[in-house]
Parts: sequence; C-alpha cells; structure tokens
Amino acid sequence: MPATVPTPSPAFAALHALFAERIVVLDGAMGSMIQSYQLQEADFRGQRLAAHPHDLKGNNDLLSLTRPDVIEEIYGRYFAAGADLVETNTFNATAIAQADYRTEALVPEINRAAASLAVRAARAAEAATPGRRCFVAGALGPTNRTLSLSPDVNRPDFRAVTWAQVVAAYREQTEALIAGGVDVLLVETIFDTLNAKAALFAIEEAFAATGVRLPVMVSATITDASGRTLSGQTIGAFYNSIRHAQPFSVGLNCALGARQMRPYLEELSALAECYVTCYPNAGLPNAFGGYDETPAEMAAALAEFADAGYVNLVGGCCGSTPEHIRAIAAAVQGKRPRAVPTLPPALRLSGLEPLALA
Amino acid sequence: MTNSASSFLVIGERTNITGSPKFAKAIKGGDWPAALEIARQQVVNGAHIIDINVDEALIDGDATMVKLLNLIAAEPDTARVPVMLDSSKWSVLEAGLQCLQGKGIVNSISLKDGEAEFLRRAAKIRRYGAAAVVMAFDENGQAATRDEKVRICTRAYRLLTEQIGFPPEDIIFDPNILTVATGIEEHNNYAVDFFEATRIIKDTLPHARVSGGVSNVSFSFRGNNPVREAMHAVFLYHAIAAGLDMAIVNAGMLGVYEEIPLDLRERVEDVLLNRRSDATERLVTFAEQIKASAGSENSKAKTETIDAWRQTSVEARLAHALVKGIDAYVETDTEEARQKYARPLAIIEGPLMDGMRTVGDLFGAGKMFLPQVVKSARVMKKSVAYLTPYMEAEKAAARLAAPQNPQSAARAPKVLLATVKGDVHDIGKNIVGVVLACNNYEVIDLGVMVPCDKILAAAREQQVDAIGLSGLITPSLDEMVHVAKEMKRQGFTLPLLIGGATTSPAHTAVKIAPEYPHGVVHVLDASRVVNVVSALLSPEQKPAFLAEVAAKQAALRQEFADRRQHRPLLPLATARQRRAPLDWAIDDIPRPEFFGTRGYSTEAAEGPRSASSPTVGRALCPPITAGINPAPPQAAAADSQKPRALSLTLDEIVPFIDWGPFFSAWEISGRFPDLLTDTTVGAEATRLYGDAQKLLARIVAEKRFTAKVVFGFWPANAVGDDVEVYADEQRSRVVTTFRFLRQQQEKPAGQFNHCLADFVAPRESGRSDYLGGFAVTAGHGVEAFAAEFKAKHDDYSAIMAQALGDRLAEALAEWAHKQARDVCGFGRTEQLAMADLHRERYRGIRPAPGYPACPDHRQKRQLFALLGAEAATGIALTESCAMNPASSVSGLYFNHAEAKYFAVGKLGRDQLADYAQRQGDAVTESEKWLSPYLDYEPA
Repeated sequence: MPATVPTPSPAFAALHALFAERIVVLDGAMGSMIQSYQLQEADFRGQRLAAHPHDLKGNNDLLSLTRPDVIEEIYGRYFAAGADLVETNTFNATAIAQADYRTEALVPEINRAAASLAVRAARAAEAATPGRRCFVAGALGPTNRTLSLSPDVNRPDFRAVTWAQVVAAYREQTEALIAGGVDVLLVETIFDTLNAKAALFAIEEAFAATGVRLPVMVSATITDASGRTLSGQTIGAFYNSIRHAQPFSVGLNCALGARQMRPYLEELSALAECYVTCYPNAGLPNAFGGYDETPAEMAAALAEFADAGYVNLVGGCCGSTPEHIRAIAAAVQGKRPRAVPTLPPALRLSGLEPLALA
Repeated sequence: MTNSASSFLVIGERTNITGSPKFAKAIKGGDWPAALEIARQQVVNGAHIIDINVDEALIDGDATMVKLLNLIAAEPDTARVPVMLDSSKWSVLEAGLQCLQGKGIVNSISLKDGEAEFLRRAAKIRRYGAAAVVMAFDENGQAATRDEKVRICTRAYRLLTEQIGFPPEDIIFDPNILTVATGIEEHNNYAVDFFEATRIIKDTLPHARVSGGVSNVSFSFRGNNPVREAMHAVFLYHAIAAGLDMAIVNAGMLGVYEEIPLDLRERVEDVLLNRRSDATERLVTFAEQIKASAGSENSKAKTETIDAWRQTSVEARLAHALVKGIDAYVETDTEEARQKYARPLAIIEGPLMDGMRTVGDLFGAGKMFLPQVVKSARVMKKSVAYLTPYMEAEKAAARLAAPQNPQSAARAPKVLLATVKGDVHDIGKNIVGVVLACNNYEVIDLGVMVPCDKILAAAREQQVDAIGLSGLITPSLDEMVHVAKEMKRQGFTLPLLIGGATTSPAHTAVKIAPEYPHGVVHVLDASRVVNVVSALLSPEQKPAFLAEVAAKQAALRQEFADRRQHRPLLPLATARQRRAPLDWAIDDIPRPEFFGTRGYSTEAAEGPRSASSPTVGRALCPPITAGINPAPPQAAAADSQKPRALSLTLDEIVPFIDWGPFFSAWEISGRFPDLLTDTTVGAEATRLYGDAQKLLARIVAEKRFTAKVVFGFWPANAVGDDVEVYADEQRSRVVTTFRFLRQQQEKPAGQFNHCLADFVAPRESGRSDYLGGFAVTAGHGVEAFAAEFKAKHDDYSAIMAQALGDRLAEALAEWAHKQARDVCGFGRTEQLAMADLHRERYRGIRPAPGYPACPDHRQKRQLFALLGAEAATGIALTESCAMNPASSVSGLYFNHAEAKYFAVGKLGRDQLADYAQRQGDAVTESEKWLSPYLDYEPA
C-alpha cells in the first residue's frame, strides 16, 4: 500500500526562510483583549443567535461570527505591534468545547470565519508595510476533556471522552481552518499529550484527505514547578511522544511566566530537532487571576532566552497585549535565532518519563 | 537511568496473560489492584518497559486492554515507563494505541498476512506515534534458521523504509527465540541461529533494533526455575554480545552470568551454543539434581518476602518502621532494643536518630513528602514515649548516686515556636515543629495567641537557640515587628525565624529585619526549616548564611523602593472617577426573602428545615411580602433574645469540601484531584486523602466538631466608597456603615479601579439594594480532638484533625453562600456542580474582611455586631480580629452580577487620610491596621 504523500504547501518555504533569517514574533493573548471591549451577552449573540437557548457570553470563539469587527481589529493590532504570525480566535472552537454552549453545529463556520478574518488582517498589514509577510496560524486548543485523566477520583479508568470523539472534533476544526486559509496549524496549550496526539492524528488524516500538508507547530504547557504537563509527562517524554508528527516547531506556552519556564525551555531547546517556540504568560497569575508582568519585564526575559540561543519564535500567552508584543519584537530584533541541532538517530520512547536507546 | 540513553532494555513480561498465571488469574477474576501491583513490581524490579498482553479466549481483549491501560495511567510509579502493547489481534493493539500518551511499542506486526496488510498497519502505527516490533514471519510461516530470519527482516525493513517512510530507528525486529533442548535435533541450533541473525541484522539494517522473548528458549525446562534462570542469563549474555537491544524477561528473576555456578553454566552454554551432541542429555540430568535439592527451599521463599523486614535486626526494623511510618510494631521493637542496649538514651541517639536522619535526607532530597515525614515522627514519638519512663528512672538513680553532678550530656538544640498575639492559626507551625523534631531539635511550642513578653521570657528561661514566629492574618505582621523590636531592646542575640501564610520574604526584609540585627530569616515552608535552622545554629555556617540572607533582604528592600518609585498611584479622586461603570438604571437587584439573620447549628434539635419556615434570630424589620419566597409573618415575631438555630448536620457539609487547599496545607502542590495521580506526589497524596477520609468519617459519625452558621441580609445602599446598612426597607435609620477601600494603581485602558462599594446601588440611584453577611465555624471541638491525638504522640492525626476543621469551615461558608443565593432567588436556578462552586462560577462574591478586597480586619467587629455572630456561633474576635476558634470564616455577600474579587493593592496617603476621617479614627490607627498595604512610610 504505497501511501499517498500530501504535497507541502508554499508556506513551508516562506516560513523556513523567515525562521532562518531571524527570531519570529507571535501574537499575544486574545482573551484579555476581548475582555477589554466589555462585550455583553447581546454582542456574543448578535442577531443571528438572539434566540439561542443557552447563555453565550464568554464564548469568545463565537465572536468571529457575531462581532467580526472586534476580532479583526485585535488581529490587526497584533500585526501592527510587530507579530509575524497571528493565531486564529479558535482556541475552543471544537465540537467538544462548543458543546458547553450548545453551539457545536457552528464549529466549521466559526473556524472558517476566524481564519478568513485573520487572513484579511494579514493582507491589510502587508499592504500597510510593503514587503512585509504576515502569516496566520490556525489555533487548536486542548479541548476541555482529557484522554489521559479520569475526572472521577473513584473510577481512575473512566474517561469523559473517547479517542474517536477527540480525533473527529479536531479533524472537523482542522479542515475548516485549512478552508479558511491558515498558513500553519498550531496545536497549543497541551496539558494532556494524548489529546495532542489525537490532534496530530486528525491533522494527518486531514492532510491525507486534502492532499496538502501545512507546517504543524506544537506547544505544550508545563503546569507548575514539578516540570511536568498536567498529565504527568516531563518535557523530554512529551517531545518523544509527538516527535513522530515531524512538527515544524515545538515549544512551551501558558501556565508559567517566562522566568519559570526557563529550565524546561532550556531542556527542550537541547532536544528538539525542529524550531523552538516560547510564548509564556505575562508572569504568574496574581491572587485574582490577573497578570502583572509589564511589557518591558516580559521582553527582557524573552530577550535573554534569545541570547541564550533557546528560541526561534517568541510571543505571549495569557495577560499579554499588543504593547507586550511590541516590546518583545523590539527586544529580539537583530538577535540570532537558535540553530536547529541534528541529533543521532535513536529509539526514543516515553511513558511519563523519556527512554532512549542510542 | 530514564533520562539518559540506556544500552540494553529490560521489558517486563509479568503482565502477559499467556506467560504469568498470577496475572492471568487477576485479569480473569477482575482483580485490578492485583494486576496493577504486578505491573508496578516489574518497574520496581528494574523493567525499562512493560509488555502488556491480555489475549485470552474468554475475555474481551479490546475492553480489557483499555481498562488496564487507563488504570495504569493513574499509577505514576508504573506509568513512568513506556508500554509495549502485545497482542495477536490488531483491534486490541489499536485500542491500546488510543490510550497511550507516551510513545510505546506495538508488538507485533509481520508479513504473515501479506505486504498490503503489513504496510497498512505500519502506517497506522506511525500515525499513532509508536515504534513497532516486526516478527520474522512471512506468508510462509515463522523463520527458524539464520538465513530465513535475515531474509524476512531485510524484506520488511525495505518495505517499511522505502514504501512508507517508516523511521528505521523505530523498527524493532524479533527474529524469534525458539525453544532448544527439546530432544529434536533440528532445534539444537536455534539459539545459534538467533545470535547470528541478530549480528547480521544489526550490521546490515541501519538503526534497526533487535528484541526477543527470552523465556521461550528454556521452555523444555518449565518447572525448574534455577535452570531456566541460568539459561536466560547465559542466552542474554551471548545475545547482547551479538547486538540484542532489548528482551522480554521476568525483571525480578534476572540472573547474572558471572554468578551462575560454573558446572551449570558450562552445561547451559553447551546447549545454547550447540557445542556437543549430548549437550541436551547432560543438562537434563544436571537439571534433575538441581531440582531435587532446590525443591525444599522453594516454597519457603514466598512467605519470607512478605514480612522480610520483620526478620532483620532490631536496628534495621526500627529504621524501616521510621522510614515507612509503620507504628504497629514500634513498642515491641523498642522494648527489644532496650534489652539489648545499655541505656535507653543510646537507642534514641543510635538507631532512632539514624532512622530519622534518613527520613530527613529523603525529605530534603524531595524523595519523601510531608505527610510521610509526619508519620515517621509519630513512630519516633511513640518510641521515645516508651523509653521516657526508663530514662527518668535512670536519671533518678544517677542523682542518688552522684547528687553533685549536673547534667553533662550534650543537649539537643532548642527552637521555640509560637503563633503571635491575636492570632490563632497554627497548622503550619505544628508541621514545622514536627519537622524540626524529626531532625533532632527540641521544640518548645508555646501554642497560639502568645504575647511577646511570654515568648521572650520562655526563650530566656529555656535557653533556646532560635525563636520562630508564625501568623496567618495581617495584623500579626505588626506583632512580629513588635517582637523583633523587643528582642533588640532586651538584648537578645538569637536568630528569629518568620513564617506563616501572611508573611513574605519582602515583608520580612522591609519591615522586620531592619528592627533586629542578629538575623531575621523568612522560612517559606516546613521543607525549608531544617536547612535554615541548621545553618543558623552552626558556628561555621552562620556568618556566611546571615550575610547571604542580609544581601537578599537588601535587594528586596531596593526592589520594594524601586517599585514604589516606578509606578506612582493615582490620586484618590482620579481613582474614584475610574470606577467600573455599572448601569443602575437597568441592572437587576435580587431581593432577599427575609431580612435579619438566620442561624444553623449541628447542636440544634433535628427537625424539618425549609426556606418557608425560617427562624429569624435577630429580626430587624417586618418580613417582606413581595419577595420571591415570602417569609411567613411569624418569622418577625421570633424572640430576638434567644436566637434559635435550625438543624444542620456535618453530613450535609462534607460534599461542599474543596480538597485542593487541604493538600496545600500538607505542602503537596498540584491540582485536586489530578495530584492524586501525579507521578511524584500521587502515591503519597492518595494515602493522605485516604487517611483524611477515614478521620473525616469518624468526625462526622462521632459528631466530634460542632458546626454553626449565621447569615443575614439587610437593606443597603452605597454612599461614595461606603455602604450604609439600614434598619428597615424604608431606609430611615443607618445601623452600621462599612467603609471600603479603592484600588489606586494605574491600569490599562478598559480596566477599572475597583472598590467593593461599587457593587451596591448608590443611594442617588434611587434603587433598593441589599448587603449580606455571614459567619461560620466548624472549630468547636477541633482543638480538643487534636489534643487527644497529641497526647497519644500522634501529631499526624492531630494536624489532620485541624486541617479537616479548616476544610469543614470553608465548606460551611460555601454551603451557607448557596443558601444565601437561594434566599435571594437567583441561586435557585443555578445549575452548578460542586467543582463549579469551588471555582466561584456562581453569581456574587463573599469577600472576607482582612483579605485583599477589604483588607481592614476591623470590619469583622462591625460584621459580628450586625450578625450577633458571637452569640449565634460562639466565635470570638481576638484583639487582632482573628476569629477564635481557628476553623471559622466570615464575610460579606455582594449579589451584583458583575461583582468580583480583586486586590485593593497599595494605598496612598490621600486615601488613608480620607479613610481614617470616614472611620472617625486617627490616621495612625488605620495605618497600623493596613500597614502591609501602604504605599508610603508612615510618619
């Protein structure tokens, strides 16, 4: 059975050129930007969902349909701040996550709209600065169900969702994002590696179906000072678990501020046979869930990662704003991107910890 | 081992239903704990990977594989290692692949069903992200000879790498380890064939690996384990030399080549290497002899391992009991040691301290967790308590013999611990005490609410070596400053340790350390205390340690000063303009169904309880008839002199417990319930959780703690940053006024400067709004229960009792808030799970005076007066406004849909002046109560 090999998309060449030239800049938080618009239930509903049977306030992904002006403006602000790559507003746009709002039927439309708006913002930013290239990353979040963990302490073998459900949800999202015109796919905020593996599995299915392969970026979340993902893996174990997908990049985002991420980023930087990305939160959350790190503080920390040779792409997660991204872009300007190492072939396995047979 | 590259991998075979009768029995009988224990044991015994096989005719392979893998995922000790999925059924393998978050190995695929099926499966495995074992098997059957093995493996390698781009390093060949010494001549060369095929595969197929199931080779000798183990060891020795990378073996039964008796080894080697024609007969004869001599010893082995530690020396037993926290045998063992040792003190200084040192080292290295240490301390205390009468007798005898001789033995260093005046919280301090005691410090614990002079007098009298102060509420910070100043004034030179939830390295550096020149050290948690104290009490380490602390504190002071300069606060007037804009014209304001208070108690007579028959403790006004659930008229007539409480049981409260903070109290970090399955702390967290459930069940069954609740609502409106509480709906008389503080930090556009008063309708809006309040306690009975345990030298259970008291108090607050929301109507339509309650997903908030949104603890006095809380709940306020008993919670209810928690943050001089004026007290008084929040140095 000679497998049909999907053709790489043109974005590969353009992105490889960009990553070879300099440290690339990603955008910052979407959620906190949306919050600053003080949108109300009516904004989330729009005319179209005025009679929807469930509250919709807080369903940020839906705004790509009901307040596209706001979402496009936020994309534009990040491009204007210096982001090369902007993430689509689709963190929760899977049927699994949208089911909480009973809007799962809108998933394809939400993803297509979020991608189209971002593509439009990218073309506008390119027009504003001739010669500039702007890219759109289709964001695939972790969903709100985990394949590796039981939500019921008394039934450790129980799972709230099946592999097939997760794969189907990610495949639907992926195909809609591709249809909407994204340049890359970004599987992010991975706290359960099995969910990420299902996403990568679904993405491969989508590539096989469409015949085109996009660059796939992967970003895990180390939840605390244990240095592990929520599902218990060390960063080395995580990398071994997703390496088969031959990601364009691998990195860390969310949960921690840049300073707390440093040891794990250092470890990942030594392991990864692809580009390394880092987009931390603006510090650790304060007692009230807000983030206090200033643009200057965050930029200084990421610039130090650049000096240490750990990163190829930087950006921000929770609590970061266009001001943060502007400061980060300025801080890494002219700094040399991390050189991607070539490691000897080895059988690299993992449980919660990595195991290599060299 | 696991983080570095290994050169040979041991794959555990005991979780294979076809090879392990014990595992087969567990799986068939549905005894999952037994199956999991077999899996865990393999990892303990050194397996790098575990092979899992549940192929059995009568069980559902797919479902069993999924269930077993999901269960293993919850066992961090086992889930640490990669899994090898072993089945002859593709559906079982695929079901297993969908459960592995790590990168595992599929065992196996082969060309048995043709190239197309082989490549289809391999491509699928690659998409799932696993490595694959490829059997030397093709359409014609299993390869037995060297050349067949090499031919089939080479063909498979080409197909995989050339046709579907399968990574060669993820290909693991199994060239079939076949049984030798069967008596059939063609089988004699099977081992040699394997060795030679392995060598060729490794030389000619780049990056591919070779594996095999070793136990098959010795199948002819089943029932004769000594011979089988020798055969396995010798086989592995030669196979590894030929290039074998991994093998499926019994990890607990791996012999070492060099240790096999020479006569046996020679005969085994003759067979495996096919060196002589009579090799098989010679080994069979020899095997009979071994079996005859070993048979009698074999059956004993099992029982021995179970309680093997009980067979060791008394010193080893004491050490084992200490490290494992087993107190069942400690008195017996201590007595045995007492008869062996000349003096009881020698036991404490010898085996007991040795054991505790091991515990201390393991804890310091992060290999033991706090609950284990506390259990170890329990064992230690029981042993010491057993010895104490003997030591007293010895001392008395010594005094008689040589009355003039003062104590000569070197004494353990002493550390004095106290929770400062006005504060009643001491779980953390008790934990610190236990950890210090474990490390051979004598701990003098003065308890809670200890005034400065008492601390210093005791320090002098007992000649302590260090003083540790603890506190949870903000006024305790000032008290600590006071103690530091007094220590300086009275000429102390002892180091001072600062700890507790409200303390911080920054506060210690800025406020306390400058007041006392002989070392003030902030200790973050119990795990740090031993290092700090040992450094402080060592004449060699102390100067360098203090210099380091001083340098860090100087840096913190600088940072504090810089931060103050960097971000000037907004003038109060500007901050007030930047309040959150709420539209009072349209916002809905829920109206409570009663005014005044409602009380509940576990001591109240059991009886019906419903919202339609409330008992109002202190009715302030006639009942409202327009409410959602109007209270019947008789409610107003309730006797305000004798508040009558409604019945409440602890059973109802237990489901409201949020277990997350319980683990924090034990210094186990992570999210509940995920931390129960955490690789590092999971096992201990699960044990702790089990112990907590047991004790909680006892507390509930024996009604050990008394829970009391009072909450109420009053008409209220905001006037500026104040909220006026009125006696009645006509709002004619102000009962009390809560003065709130406003955030003054500069914020980005679109964010606001909050003040709790903003969440209540301003008087000028003309809207009728309401404010609620509550006080709850689960603390009556906690101290007595804890004291019972302490008397039995069981600090573990004592701390557990206190921690459960705190959890129950928080649960009561959650429960009461639910009642309060129901009373206001909007709670009745909530559809929230308990986890949502713990995440505060409901409408409204319940900020507590003394906490960041309303940091002035003095508000508790107003709140208590309004609620009649002392009479209703028995909670008293100390001079620092701490609630006594400790397991108590109080706060205010704000119902506005936009109400949220925030931190007031730093306060400017202008706001303090304004606030003091509104309070009607001196600025200096308000500055004292709010000192951690001041953005300036008060005069």
